Amino acid sequence: MYQYDPYDHQIITQRIAQFRGQTERYLSGELKAEEFLPLRLQNGLYVQRLAPMLRINVPYGMINSTQLRRLARITRDYDKGYAHITTRQNIQLNWPDLADVPDILAELAEVEMHATQSSGNCIRNTTSDQLAGVAVEEEIDPRPYCEIIRQWSTLHPEFAFLPRKFKIAVTGSNSDRAAINVHDIGLRVIKNEQGEIGFRVIVGGGLGRTPVIGSLVREFLPEKDLLTYLDAILRVYNLLGRRDNKYKARIKILVKALGVEKFAELVEAEWAHLANGEATLTQAEIDRCKNFFTEPAYATIDDKAAQAEVDAIAADNIAFEKWLSRNLCGHKIPGYAAVVLALKPTGVAPGDVTDRQLDIIADLADKYSFGEARTTHDQNIVLAEVKKSELLPLWQEAKAAGFATPNIGTLTDVICCPGGDFCSLANAKSIPIAEAIQRRFDDMDYVYDLGDIDLNISGCMNACGHHHVGHIGILGVDKKGKEFYQIQLGGDSSENTALGKVLGPAFGETEIPDIIAGILNVFVENRHDGEQFVETYNRIGLAPYKERAYAK
Amino acid sequence: MPNNTVVIKDGKITDNLWKIVNEDHSDLTQDNIILPYCLWLANQDELSQRVSEGKIGLLLEGDHNLQEQNEGIADFELIAINFPGFMDGRGFSVARLLRERYGFTGELRASGGVIRDQLCYLQRCGFSSFDLDADINIEAAVESLNDFSEGYQISVDLPTPLFRRRA
Repeated sequence: MYQYDPYDHQIITQRIAQFRGQTERYLSGELKAEEFLPLRLQNGLYVQRLAPMLRINVPYGMINSTQLRRLARITRDYDKGYAHITTRQNIQLNWPDLADVPDILAELAEVEMHATQSSGNCIRNTTSDQLAGVAVEEEIDPRPYCEIIRQWSTLHPEFAFLPRKFKIAVTGSNSDRAAINVHDIGLRVIKNEQGEIGFRVIVGGGLGRTPVIGSLVREFLPEKDLLTYLDAILRVYNLLGRRDNKYKARIKILVKALGVEKFAELVEAEWAHLANGEATLTQAEIDRCKNFFTEPAYATIDDKAAQAEVDAIAADNIAFEKWLSRNLCGHKIPGYAAVVLALKPTGVAPGDVTDRQLDIIADLADKYSFGEARTTHDQNIVLAEVKKSELLPLWQEAKAAGFATPNIGTLTDVICCPGGDFCSLANAKSIPIAEAIQRRFDDMDYVYDLGDIDLNISGCMNACGHHHVGHIGILGVDKKGKEFYQIQLGGDSSENTALGKVLGPAFGETEIPDIIAGILNVFVENRHDGEQFVETYNRIGLAPYKERAYAK
Repeated sequence: MPNNTVVIKDGKITDNLWKIVNEDHSDLTQDNIILPYCLWLANQDELSQRVSEGKIGLLLEGDHNLQEQNEGIADFELIAINFPGFMDGRGFSVARLLRERYGFTGELRASGGVIRDQLCYLQRCGFSSFDLDADINIEAAVESLNDFSEGYQISVDLPTPLFRRRA
């Protein structure tokens, strides 16, 4: 993992001092609320329906046990003893006191964490693949580049007041777990035919009220040119992005308005001035960052023997077998696996985690995974470096702590925004919808039989729950002061990115479990052998689902 | 347009010697006036001598297309960039372009709706003076120029990125 040097510490320390001063000026009435607003947002602080909300960056999802324990302590000392994993791999506190936030930031800085630019019209936390560095099919570990981008974007003097927020995602794998096609910039680290590392650059994707799949702007950008090219994209956007209407201010609207060819031409023209300048990455810097993400001290393990041992235990232990079948991911090193700790047992808001659980995750990370964990955009936690021989004790401990629900990737592993219970932007509640669905589909055998289903819920069209790219997407809408829910089908956040299609008129809250049941029945009745939900949908289209949902 | 009696210049509070005039201003014989770009363009021939004497300043908006309209721009003693509101960040890019691409070395002034908390960023983008809204406490604001002593990126005041300077 990246480790701060004195420069990083100094920059973050000065940032906190600056924000402490701003908070004091605001509380004393010197700084106007409308001026404090973007300043606090750029330090992660929202003012929500019930209380302030602090969003803490987890850079590209990497977090270590020291940081987890500090977060646990912060939730105890400054909040109500729990935190929330967001759909962009960050961690939110729901109840901090505004006046305490500078102290919280100082506590975070001690463990090399910050909330800088976790919100606001600026470059946000860069997200990545939760299996970065361990995925079997990964070509190149994206994390060194994510860290290079983190540093470049942190307090960038030119791009702190963009037309709108700006999100970058990076993956080094063909199986896209970072949803790079629905980000302002999506980067796929690749190798060209000469074996040189570079990036495929996708621009102008995004969800929100106008969902768009990103456009290819450059097939191969050499790695040394990463920052100058990002500067060029951001400068074109900063100068030309719309500022008259916040709903048309994202870069996706600019790319659409200009056409991707024209947009790419402007970026290339700007980049021609910046390329090969001082901001060009040096091999020394790339190597320095790569050195923070070297392989841990793996043991040499006979994978077949280790797997046979696990299989033998699983043969006599059906609960363990189920957990293995859903909550495990492959690992590039023989004898190792990546384990998903499920944060969505029924009755808990998806992604919520208590202070005690944070401490336990830290302990498990220390014991089983070289002291590191990752947050995922589907609001779970990954321990990425677990020996297969230790899966059984890990499962037992995870189970005792409440995060061994064997539902990863299934219908009940719902992605869900905080919704109307917490968020002041929301049109409708989302957590109770997730819970109603989890309660309705509590027969795990049925859920397993359904296979992989991404069910995503957003409480408003800002789409924090990524409903457009759920196989089943649910969007809360407000109709004359009452909460209704629109259903979309066929979205996909993977490398086969697709935006869901609206089924039809919205439903009332209590109807949703039945409507979902009907949709699932259509799938079960129509699926071919081995077909997943989204594959059946792609084959038969929306009509049969629609017919069932609106049948009189 | 603020046109305050004092401004921050080169890190110090100092008397404002310049005055922004609007587009229908007719008396162009005055010295130390800052003209909107279109006014200068319309009177270029008559003003060019006084521009080279450092008596005329230029006012640019955030949407000014420097690529097409940059002729003679480096000759001005002062260029002011207008910020219609502090959330409008176009001026940050315009400033860098003036400094890094169009050779402007004179006084670069942020004028209008910027707030104290942006001064450090503005300075890094090449601004050397600030004519802030009148209700801002300028004595306190000047301290914000020093909010940060280090930055990761290249900037006008520090053209080498941190990664090339790291020990």
